[in-house]
Amino acid sequence: MYLDADNVTPDHFAGKTLDEVRAVEIFEGKRTYALGDYFDVSGETDPDPNEIGIVIDGSVPKVKYIGMKMSAGRLLVKGSVGMYVGGWMRGGRLRVNGDADAYAGIGMEGGELVVDGNAGDYLGANYRGDWRGMKGGKIIVGGNAGSDIGEFMIAGEIVVKGNADLQAGIHANGGKIVIEGDAESRVGAQMTKGEIVVLGNIGYWLPGFIYQKDDQIEYGGTQYAVKVYKGDRGEGGKGILYYAGA
Amino acid sequence: MDIAISDGKIAGEVSSAAKVIDASGKVVMAGGIDIHAHVAGPKVNVGRIMRPEDKLFHTSRRSNMTRSGGGFSVPSVFETGYVYSKMGYTQVNEAAMPPLLARHTHEEIQDTPLVDQSAYTLLGNNWLVMEYIKRGEKDKLNAFVAWMLQATKGYCVKLVNPGGSEAWGWGMNCVNVSDPVPYFDVTPSEIIAGLAEANEALNLPTSIHLHCNNLGHPGNYETTIESIKLLEGKLPKSREARDQIINFAHMQFHSYGGTTWKDFESESEKIADRINKNKNMTVDVGFVTLDETTTMTADGPMEFYLHNTNHLKWANSDIELETAAGVVPYVYSPKIHVCGIQWAIGLELALMIDDPMQAFITTDHPNAGPFRRYPRIISWLMSHQARLDRLETLHKWVPDRVRIAGISRVFDFYDVAKMTRAGPARALGLGEMKGHLGVGADADVAIFDYNPKTMDPTTDPAGIEKAFQKTAYTIKGGDIVVIDGEVVSKGNKRTIWVDATNGLTDPAVMQDIDKKFLRFYSVTMNNYPVQDSYVHNGLTIKPEAV
Repeated sequence: MYLDADNVTPDHFAGKTLDEVRAVEIFEGKRTYALGDYFDVSGETDPDPNEIGIVIDGSVPKVKYIGMKMSAGRLLVKGSVGMYVGGWMRGGRLRVNGDADAYAGIGMEGGELVVDGNAGDYLGANYRGDWRGMKGGKIIVGGNAGSDIGEFMIAGEIVVKGNADLQAGIHANGGKIVIEGDAESRVGAQMTKGEIVVLGNIGYWLPGFIYQKDDQIEYGGTQYAVKVYKGDRGEGGKGILYYAGA
Repeated sequence: MDIAISDGKIAGEVSSAAKVIDASGKVVMAGGIDIHAHVAGPKVNVGRIMRPEDKLFHTSRRSNMTRSGGGFSVPSVFETGYVYSKMGYTQVNEAAMPPLLARHTHEEIQDTPLVDQSAYTLLGNNWLVMEYIKRGEKDKLNAFVAWMLQATKGYCVKLVNPGGSEAWGWGMNCVNVSDPVPYFDVTPSEIIAGLAEANEALNLPTSIHLHCNNLGHPGNYETTIESIKLLEGKLPKSREARDQIINFAHMQFHSYGGTTWKDFESESEKIADRINKNKNMTVDVGFVTLDETTTMTADGPMEFYLHNTNHLKWANSDIELETAAGVVPYVYSPKIHVCGIQWAIGLELALMIDDPMQAFITTDHPNAGPFRRYPRIISWLMSHQARLDRLETLHKWVPDRVRIAGISRVFDFYDVAKMTRAGPARALGLGEMKGHLGVGADADVAIFDYNPKTMDPTTDPAGIEKAFQKTAYTIKGGDIVVIDGEVVSKGNKRTIWVDATNGLTDPAVMQDIDKKFLRFYSVTMNNYPVQDSYVHNGLTIKPEAV
């Protein structure tokens, strides 16, 4: 079974005693448990969420919604996490030392989410059905990311230091995505606004991206010679794709 | 003053052993009646399916008495029943039931707890209706309307964009009451007048309910005035139960001036004047509440237009020989001048129509806003200052295009009771049974925790909103269903429908219907009428033919 830990945030822990933190609700399916039933809780608490730093010491790949809607403070997972980590996050800093499963940073509005390992599909994407994806904040992935990252994003920034799978920036209407490695294919499908930077290669191109010009961009202190494309013209889009690959 | 309840009715007196509720220092009203909402049926379900994000952060957990539910603008059926009940409502009418999908509508009605319900049968674009009107076969039309209400277990004749939704099947629309419907060659005005006449010939409890042509377009008030003119001076056959010959649905959407969205402005004054001159007409307002919501209507072409305006997801449906439908999400943003003007138009209409018995509080849920915002609308209607404060936060173009700032009228609790209880009850022909607290009425009572002697609604909009959101008590049919905003009973909901056939059917009409099923329908006629077993705890009203 998976655990839903949407109450594990600095906002929820603020102002609680350690015993109250142990009693915070955590869900397994429709059953309700206390955080203390699954985790050993120790440390000090503070009334101000900005002063709270939560450390989850170990891998919790079956715990979902960690840091959901957090607005302040810090949260560190010394291992991997399940789905929806940092979902609808509004502020503060969240770092995952291992891998993050799908939907990391979904619907994010602010703050910073760092995944040192790989991220799954729908990184920084929208909730299904919603036409407003990521609205702000920054996501940095040290490894690779899955498909459909930044779906419907309207603001904010996603940086993937490794490769990205299919359809990065699909339906994007703003914001910025940087893929330092390769993008598998269909980058920027149906995007109408926003920027995508691909420093590696793109596997399969969509016909809706029209070459504009050659240009130079600076990224991470390095100058890159890029080709600039505009698209997705299938949607009448005005998104910009900077492509530094071969 | 004491109110006695016995056997589900308001009684003259009860024994001393009766349970006593102390309502002193509180506002006591009859149970609320929503005359126009979209809460059950196929298009509501399409809205639920296509908007998972609507439920994302709006869910409620189950309790011992309630099921879990969710959804802000298109809540699940259980949530719908609970939220209405918590606001003191005891009857909610589904305003558009496509006949072919009536069974689904009744299944959802059955699953909506606590509130009495009825469903309005869509007939304004029905092929046989148009053919009978074209050929002037009035008796056949009457028999057909009676049969349709009986077959769909419907409550009244509802017209949505008469002729226009059928024209949409041809990629066209009827934007004016004199635009002919393609192929059928009748005009909306003929359909409106024809069905109004049939409605009175059958002596149905309520009048026809009309969603006018050309909804939601700048300058559409002219079409609305043309529609009003059609029935000016006409009176219902029997004036005992109701006064109106027609109820105009969500008039706010039909009171638009200007020629484009850019010079869009309010023409509520012209519409309100007309309604004030015609005591034989009622309107439900359809207030814009400035929320994110989901529009859904049988007005197919209008939804296509809306989709092309806001570019959000769109669902479209054609119901064979009967009607069409569309669903599009919509965000009424205070930052957009059009939305601000729409907000003002709704309030202006309500405030400029002199008699609150002629104008009812609705949001055309969920089209202009979700029904859970009724308390907020009441707070605006009861406080001029609250309206001015809201107006200040809207787009800078709004004040010049509307009249709302200059209208200082405020409603008191009696006016609110008329607009949400007595008025809708009488317009529905249920005035004896519902909408009042006199002896013999259904024991539907809402008790609000607000003391009008010590508190002032004109300066306390937040307090009014809070009080109307969660009743101290809601009593439905003598059963206490809500205490302090919590549901405490499974209720005794009823489905109200009208059987005007007098046990007879017209063989010639049945033959016509048979032919239509054989040639065009995708179902056989035997599978069409809704069986009695689908009508949960039914209450059948059988009007006497005149």
